[in-house]
Amino acid sequence: MFAPSGFNDFLGSFCRDGFRMVLRKAIAVQLLVTSGVITSSPMRKLAISIVLVAGMAAFSAETEFSQPLNFTQPLNKDQEILHALNRLTFGPRPGDVEAVRKMGLKKWIDLQLHPERIAENPELAERLQPLDSLHMSAAEIATNYPPPQVLLAMTRGLLPFPADPEARQRAQLQIQRLRAKQEAKGDDQAKANGQGKGGDPLQQVMRQQVLATTDPVERRKLVADRAPQQALAYDLNEAKLYRAIYSNRQLEEQMADFWFNHFNVYIDKGADRILTSTYERDAIRPHVFGKFRDLLGATAESPAMLFYLDNWQSVSPDRAPERRFAKQKGKQARGLNENYARELMELHTLGVDGGYTQKDIIEVARCFTGWTINQPNLGGAFIYNDRVHDKGEKIVLGVKIPAGGGRDDAEKVLDILARHPSTARFISMELAKKFVADDPPPALIDRMAKTFHDTDGDIRAVMAAMLDSKEFFSEGAFRAKVKTPLELIVSAVRAADAQVDFAIPLATQIAQLGEPLYRKIEPTGYSSANAEWVNSAALLTRMNFALALTANRVPGSKVDANRFENNPSAVARQVLFHDPTQQTLDSIEKALVQREPTPALVAGLVLGSPDFQRR
Amino acid sequence: MPTRRLFLKSSALGMFGVGTAPAWLSRALYAADAPSPRKKILVAIFQRGAADGLNVVIPFGEKQYYSLRPNLAIPKPDRTENSALDLDGFFGLHPALAPLKPIYESGHMAVVHAVGSPDPTRSHFDAQDYMESGTPGRKATSDGWLNRALVSQNSPSPVRAVSLGTALPRAMRGQNEAVAIANLNDFQVKDTRGAGTFESMYDNTLDQVLNGAGRETFEAVKLIQSIQKQPYAPDNAVQYPNSALGQDLMQIARLIKSNVGLEVAFAEMRGWDTHVNEVGARPTQGQLANLLGQFGSALAAFYQDLGDRMADVSVVTMSEFGRTARENGSRGTDHGHANVMFAFGGGIRGGKVYGEWPGLEQQQLYEQRDLQLTTDFRDVLGELVVRHLGNARVASVFPGYEQPKFRGIVAG
Repeated sequence: MFAPSGFNDFLGSFCRDGFRMVLRKAIAVQLLVTSGVITSSPMRKLAISIVLVAGMAAFSAETEFSQPLNFTQPLNKDQEILHALNRLTFGPRPGDVEAVRKMGLKKWIDLQLHPERIAENPELAERLQPLDSLHMSAAEIATNYPPPQVLLAMTRGLLPFPADPEARQRAQLQIQRLRAKQEAKGDDQAKANGQGKGGDPLQQVMRQQVLATTDPVERRKLVADRAPQQALAYDLNEAKLYRAIYSNRQLEEQMADFWFNHFNVYIDKGADRILTSTYERDAIRPHVFGKFRDLLGATAESPAMLFYLDNWQSVSPDRAPERRFAKQKGKQARGLNENYARELMELHTLGVDGGYTQKDIIEVARCFTGWTINQPNLGGAFIYNDRVHDKGEKIVLGVKIPAGGGRDDAEKVLDILARHPSTARFISMELAKKFVADDPPPALIDRMAKTFHDTDGDIRAVMAAMLDSKEFFSEGAFRAKVKTPLELIVSAVRAADAQVDFAIPLATQIAQLGEPLYRKIEPTGYSSANAEWVNSAALLTRMNFALALTANRVPGSKVDANRFENNPSAVARQVLFHDPTQQTLDSIEKALVQREPTPALVAGLVLGSPDFQRR
Repeated sequence: MPTRRLFLKSSALGMFGVGTAPAWLSRALYAADAPSPRKKILVAIFQRGAADGLNVVIPFGEKQYYSLRPNLAIPKPDRTENSALDLDGFFGLHPALAPLKPIYESGHMAVVHAVGSPDPTRSHFDAQDYMESGTPGRKATSDGWLNRALVSQNSPSPVRAVSLGTALPRAMRGQNEAVAIANLNDFQVKDTRGAGTFESMYDNTLDQVLNGAGRETFEAVKLIQSIQKQPYAPDNAVQYPNSALGQDLMQIARLIKSNVGLEVAFAEMRGWDTHVNEVGARPTQGQLANLLGQFGSALAAFYQDLGDRMADVSVVTMSEFGRTARENGSRGTDHGHANVMFAFGGGIRGGKVYGEWPGLEQQQLYEQRDLQLTTDFRDVLGELVVRHLGNARVASVFPGYEQPKFRGIVAG
């Protein structure tokens, strides 16, 4: 169950574990083959023969999802505009198609690649304004939205209570609550753990309805007083959705989503509860169109990533344990932790087949020893601790890193990785999978990778190369992608021109579709592949959401039913921005024969139709 | 480059077209009558993140275990709650798995140790993918072993293969019908005005992917309506834990007892990637103990709820790889190799730890760091497919692995 809806989640975890942190661990999962890796024809033949063998077990015929995708056949002008809007934005809003046509597609794309030249939507600023944690430092967040460790330090007089009277009151309230909880210990433990599916859905809906009808400032106070950490997750979720729905800098928002997902962290892992807000703001967002090396470096030394992939605890196996630490823990287990080193190469840069070995992982981990955090639970910053750094010589991917390099060892590793040809290919591939097709054509990847290489990893240039290609505007790419849950929900809201004043119910829907925002446990992030999102449970949830949205049954979102026209095909065009398929139109018209058709219901049916599931 | 394939699964309908009697009708009748010979059912549970097999089933008879893990080792059985639960004088269960001990003692639960995938990868993603495709080392395999394990039928139940959750896992994907169900009670279009229209749209769409998935969905919806009418009360006064796995297993039990034609089911539990603080101040504390507590209580509840019905059911657990034999620098373990699997059910020859023990001396370790593999995971799954599900074509379920070495885990 999606945690923003469960106020009790955080308190529950606390109750079980007392003041000890609840560490939930990151695992690398994705159910779909990344593939795109085996290119030799013998391997292909082998793959095909495996499929044939498997196919003999059943009578059913296997069908290619999309017969050899045609990446050379161009689109007509109208298709090009629709395609660009579907891919580079979170779905067209009424008026967008006309606006792009008027401006000219090329110019519009160029503007989207330079978001600083686009005037921002005042409706967005208005909605972001009350979300105050977005503007704080991590240390301020720790003080104003205190996690248990900070509360404990406050009660012991080790930390001052917040100066702001409201925040101080909140902290004191939390302390009382936690004491009461501690006394009433022994609750159902499973309930306390974050994996629980508990929580009465009806209660959740009622709570969301109450919150949706409350003034935004009051609403934040309500949430923050009950569960301060929850308010942080709420702020992040709301901000992400308001930006996706309202920002005029749509491609920048798509890129921010892409890069956060690429360099995923999990908000519910210990100190990442208070470190994720600044991570997205300071490490990801400034670099979404910048140099890859800068983005990589910003994530590598972000407290959120150092905590999430455990590097902050990794120390040279040769170093004697620090006396102070050893005394504290009463144990002296210290040494390398390979977690970050592995995911850095597998997921952030080279790709799993990018040509590194287990030995390289250990060498990279050695280089990163000493990259740690000063008091993560208090929102502390990155520090380099030379005492625990492995001082010896290392060899990473065949490159010698001489002994005594100190903090720069890791910088050298990042240089090597950011400029490695495997990285150029892997990043190009990931971008093309997200923006072009699940199996993008190799020629396009070659060109993007060359641009990456020639521009020293200039992300804007790589995107421009992709958007300038015939492959991007081809039959093979057109409507080739099934919308992810985030894309589906936001595009429906935009298409219906809904006014959203409380986005958490939308976030809950996205979570129920399998993509809880900021809550991907595994460092892989979410896949954008079609097979990941098409299944029975998800299809039903998509249909139910579409009907609920246009019937104004989603708290916090309001659709003006009067804006829809009076005949089904016109309504369909209003939300699809093109003609519906005959099958969808027939189904709706047939259904409406015996019933009282309302335009809003028709709009809901179209938003839940197969036509709306692709972008 | 490989083309990604999705599958059109509703082939019977597809071939005969619209107009013939819907297949679900005959299936619903079949369900109402209750099946003549009760089908065997296989439930697969994936522990995502690489569970630490050496601390799940502890080789307490191995001295080296204690020197490799000074902070993490679970003490030898001493009948206290902070020690391993003796299984056979050499291996012991983690104390948090106490709920499973009675099943082992009743002879219905088998343990296989030093088991896993022969592929050397330590990538979670690749290793899970290989374990679910059933083809270690081959990325181009497009479907999953659990889907291939289904024997084709003319009029199969639309809920013969069910995975619990919001996504259809890799192991379940393929040509045979398979549905993902997050929650049985929510598995419907909640607006009656919309239900028929959506069904017609998805039935008729030329979008092949959405057409296949849509048809499967609406067939399953109709069958599940009958289940939704009655609240579920587990047998034997069992209380399922409120964890995700507990709730998922309760739904699987509900499907099994509804006799709607379930043959294979899949559930998963996340969070096993214990790089830090795997063990707390005491062995009964820490991340792994918490995880195992949830895991064991959910499995035990399922076993008790099904009661006699377990005669038809086998449950098998797996995780993509094990963890380093040696503890790491942060009271945790890093990615390793071989692991442990559980299998339980009426037809399982349990009360025994299967597999050759490779030892933990430096020269006995895989790449000098991890537990060696002595049993291929396909030996275990293959035996369940052949002897439990009755699908003799193991070569098509595990292509490239024609002759699995059965360990004799399944009776018969």
